[in-house]
Amino acid sequence: MKLLSLIVVCLTGGLLLYGTADLPDWGDPNAPASLHLSNYYIENAIRDTEVPNLVTAVLADYRSIDTMLETAVVFCAGLACFLLLRDFTPKKDHHYRHVPTGVILHVKNPDRQVIVGNEFEEMDKEWLPPDTIIKTVCRMLIPFIQIYALYVVAHGDFSPGGGFQGGVILGSSFILLAISYNLKYLLKRVSEKFLGILSAAGVLVYMGIGLAAMVLGGNFLDYEKYAPIFGEHHIRALGMLGVEIGVGMSVTAVMVIIYINIVSEGKHDEGL
Amino acid sequence: MYWSINLVILIFVIVCALGAIYVKDLLATAILFGAYSFMMCLLWAIMGAVDVAFTEASVGAGVSTVFFVAAVFRTSRRTKD
Amino acid sequence: MTELFMLIAAKYNYCLYVILMMIGLYAMIAKNNLMKKLVGMNIFQTAIILFYVSIGFKHNATIPIIMGDHGHGGHGAAINAADYMNPLPHVLMLTAIVVSVATLGVAMALCVKVYQRYQTLEEDELRMRLSEK
Repeated sequence: MKLLSLIVVCLTGGLLLYGTADLPDWGDPNAPASLHLSNYYIENAIRDTEVPNLVTAVLADYRSIDTMLETAVVFCAGLACFLLLRDFTPKKDHHYRHVPTGVILHVKNPDRQVIVGNEFEEMDKEWLPPDTIIKTVCRMLIPFIQIYALYVVAHGDFSPGGGFQGGVILGSSFILLAISYNLKYLLKRVSEKFLGILSAAGVLVYMGIGLAAMVLGGNFLDYEKYAPIFGEHHIRALGMLGVEIGVGMSVTAVMVIIYINIVSEGKHDEGL
Repeated sequence: MYWSINLVILIFVIVCALGAIYVKDLLATAILFGAYSFMMCLLWAIMGAVDVAFTEASVGAGVSTVFFVAAVFRTSRRTKD
Repeated sequence: MTELFMLIAAKYNYCLYVILMMIGLYAMIAKNNLMKKLVGMNIFQTAIILFYVSIGFKHNATIPIIMGDHGHGGHGAAINAADYMNPLPHVLMLTAIVVSVATLGVAMALCVKVYQRYQTLEEDELRMRLSEK
């Protein structure tokens, strides 16, 4: 099997290498990929949209329908992960730990109702002592990471960045909270319902901006029609900002949803 | 000047990719995969694709490695080949 | 023979990209473990993205962010298209990277589900258990 696949791979590689002989030289300004449409984008993006970052201008303005459908793809991935893995059966056995002495009680019978006093705390299957260094450092670092993520989303027009990058950084700040403390700690602060609504709201914001432009009398995702409300100046840059915020919201929520469901096998009780 | 640094980082990338599929411990695969993503990000930053490098750094070397480690934590760590 | 050598030296990086793609393809078909197949798929995807982005490279060009005083009406100087890199492959590959991470998330969820059901991730053992069930 391995020998056969090695032969197939070598044949395919040989054919592709034979095809690279026809490709243009690397870095040629007159290569066919750099001639027709991209020259129009480079020369006219600032005149049309007043946004210096060409990649964001093309992504959120000239090719915004692609980005809308990509946001829908990310939302569908989060939905698929949730539907595959989520397990709503309640936990059968509980573990309690007596805080002053450290004695662990394991209650196996799910029918009996156990009322927990002040000195007991509920724990996962294994109890680890809270690590001071990791908790303190992560607790101090997470607000700065979140502010940086919002900065990246907002400055997508002027520097490298945009909706996706900022959304992923914001999502990974929540994942850092789940890893350094406890999965239950994250779920108490950011409930699952909030994450689901946030991911759907991101796609809704994007499509809402497009549909409202149609209601106001233009094409789908035509940012010029918002000029009577927000002012004539920089209107396309403002439309791009709104669209990037929608993308960032959706990507944040989906990253956290996928992480929570994979690390706890859908039960949302204990994690890494 | 471009060609020498490009060549060196491409050799690193190929070595990381070969290592990631060869080792038998899945946690080592996850970490080598993160290193591969970092090298790719560097390659794109040299070629001038700063947005793509930013996205790959945050997505490939951040979130993707965490997903991989979480999935290895929930399944087995050894593999036969 | 020397012209073949000159051809390879002029387009050496395309050859290395093809080698990287073939490493990913080999890992997808030949490896037994499902996680290794996923790693192979991701290597293939990033190699294709690398190939695509390198098409938009221009010598002596800068990053695709327009410099200069871009204030209100400050874009008086003509923008020369050969001074800036081609932004179109970057845009298309940005979408490709995000789609690849979404695919990776769903594939990991499937792997965890398969492990829950069959207690193994090796392809030959899975085939045995499926045929004897």
